[in-house]
Amino acid sequence: MENILNADFLASMIRIAIPLTLAGLGGVFSEKSGVINIGLEGMMLTGAFVAVAATNFSHNPWIGILFAIIVGIFLGLIHAIVTVSFKANQIVSGVAINLFASGITVFLSWLWFNETQIMALERLPIWGFGIPSAGESSSLIRSLIVIFAHHSPMVYIAFIIVLLSHIIIFKTPFGLRLRSVGEYPHAADTLGINVINMRYIAVMISGAMAGLAGSFLSIEQAHFFVKEMSGGRGFIALAAMIFGKWTPFGTLGAALLFGVGEALAIRLQGVFAIPVQFINMVPYLLAIFVLVGAIGRASAPAADGIPYEKEIL
Amino acid sequence: MSKINQKSHFYLVILEKITPFIAILGALFIGSLVILLMGENPIQVYKMMFGLAIGNRDGWGNVLFRATPLIFTGLAVAFAFRCGLFNIGGEGQVYVGAFLAAYVGFTFTGLSAVLLIPLTIFAAALGGAFWASIPGILKAKTGVHEVIVTIMMNWIAASLTFYLALLYKAPATESMKAAGVQQMIPHTSEIAEAARLPRMATILSYFNIQFPSHNPLNVSFFIAIIAAVVIYYILWKTNLGYEIRAVGHNPMASEYAGISIAKNIILAMVISGALAGLVGTNEVMGYKFRWRQELFLNLGFNGIAVALLGKNHPLGVVLAAILFGILSYGGALVNIFTGGKIPRELIIVIQAVIVILVVVADEIVKRLIIRRKLV
Repeated sequence: MENILNADFLASMIRIAIPLTLAGLGGVFSEKSGVINIGLEGMMLTGAFVAVAATNFSHNPWIGILFAIIVGIFLGLIHAIVTVSFKANQIVSGVAINLFASGITVFLSWLWFNETQIMALERLPIWGFGIPSAGESSSLIRSLIVIFAHHSPMVYIAFIIVLLSHIIIFKTPFGLRLRSVGEYPHAADTLGINVINMRYIAVMISGAMAGLAGSFLSIEQAHFFVKEMSGGRGFIALAAMIFGKWTPFGTLGAALLFGVGEALAIRLQGVFAIPVQFINMVPYLLAIFVLVGAIGRASAPAADGIPYEKEIL
Repeated sequence: MSKINQKSHFYLVILEKITPFIAILGALFIGSLVILLMGENPIQVYKMMFGLAIGNRDGWGNVLFRATPLIFTGLAVAFAFRCGLFNIGGEGQVYVGAFLAAYVGFTFTGLSAVLLIPLTIFAAALGGAFWASIPGILKAKTGVHEVIVTIMMNWIAASLTFYLALLYKAPATESMKAAGVQQMIPHTSEIAEAARLPRMATILSYFNIQFPSHNPLNVSFFIAIIAAVVIYYILWKTNLGYEIRAVGHNPMASEYAGISIAKNIILAMVISGALAGLVGTNEVMGYKFRWRQELFLNLGFNGIAVALLGKNHPLGVVLAAILFGILSYGGALVNIFTGGKIPRELIIVIQAVIVILVVVADEIVKRLIIRRKLV
């Protein structure tokens, strides 16, 4: 057991949890304002593609990440136009964005690179301490470095974003407005809060988070883009958000739980003869169990999923 | 209400009916902008696309062959939607239903066609129904949102059926043994001759109608049309359909009127899943005669677009599926004839734009009508 539950295991748990956390935060911002965003999956996928494409064109991974965020914001804007301004069904719009993403990423892959699997030419550096070799320092220090201080910069940035999101949503006037348009938009409107604007901003932040999450998948985890590589993580992120009661820290916690599940499944494969297909099911099964477990204690924003009508028609 | 208002109201009702056409034109326009950006002539590309797809019998046969699974998955989404449910798990239900059909087809090889064909069709529906019943029961009993659960069930189905395909992998052929290679993508053994659906060419030859024998169009297309008629009948002519639509329209009022929400949710999901599973009749029983994952890729997801474009009505679903069949077959041909210059994924982009435009146009027209009524 000790060669399963070691420092490397915890480090891989964190790496698996990062994209889920970021996309889940996207869900938190969007749904706190009253807009369901199941387009997270497609926004992640597009972010993953754009990150690799822009990295390869500019030879700078940071530019890749930047463009992934910009494209995420753009897709968020489309979702906002369709659902907030035109008040169309939010699930349908999200499905359309996912469909669009799976088409456009492969379309542009063929057009720009002539293949559907694109290697990322550049990588982000590792920030933190180097891992000491055995005997150089105690195993405790080595473990601590592996878990906390030997990661891609995006890992640290993700944790900072969780903290910032918590502060923004729960400690600032902006966050109060955001939550008020998601709980009781008519009351917010009478107080002079622009419901439409708030929802646009929230959905675009959501897109930015999903795009960033996607860039982590391709540039950091896989070092390549391949079609459909988001693999349902946008939806798992939504499950994490629900289990985390629509809060940033709760979402992080739930994402880490998914990280444990997936990392454990990968390790156990080496111990028992479990077919790889059953290992692959673990995150999805876990998501269903987590959702069932969240029933009764979860509390969605009151106006979540309901388009805002100024006058009730 | 003044006479003028009534008249303009009438125009709006017409407008409401034709929103899908506006959406299709809008999407083709956006698609043409993309083609222009690629430095090609959109009129030529579209001419090629439609000309090749529906210019002759072979083209029509391929279009209807591609439309058949979309009729099934489109009906699946539309039926669940009538109960207020988003079944976006068609993908997984197709995998499981088609696998069960293939399993029955290659296992009960001793049976005669009279028995084996209905049994295999039933297996396809049963597999899909079973897979959809899980999110249905979870939704009815615990309230877990079906959207996330059905998506998760898709991925689980993909892994499970892939595992089963390895388990029931077709034995290596002599040529593969000689070359010492293995199947790259696992596929099952072929189903029994008695489980196969006749090709359209065979049927038409009885009537002395010329039809290319290599064309994959088969009897499954008729099964899809029958399914559309049956779904229409269930929804609008039976108590079950009335209850399902009532729950979809206003669950609280239905409960108050003595209609069980839970029962109807589970039933709607089971029927929806059965429809998705029936895709197995086309791809397994009528086309490749074996289960192979890539045969079913995106059929479930495209069913969502088909249902939306068809306004969740069986007739609309059939027409939308045929349109998507044209786009899909035409897009594939354009890709080949331009030497890969225009990737076929352009069609997926156009489909996504159709979905967005159709919901936006519907919403605008709905609002206009409500405003008229208030005047």
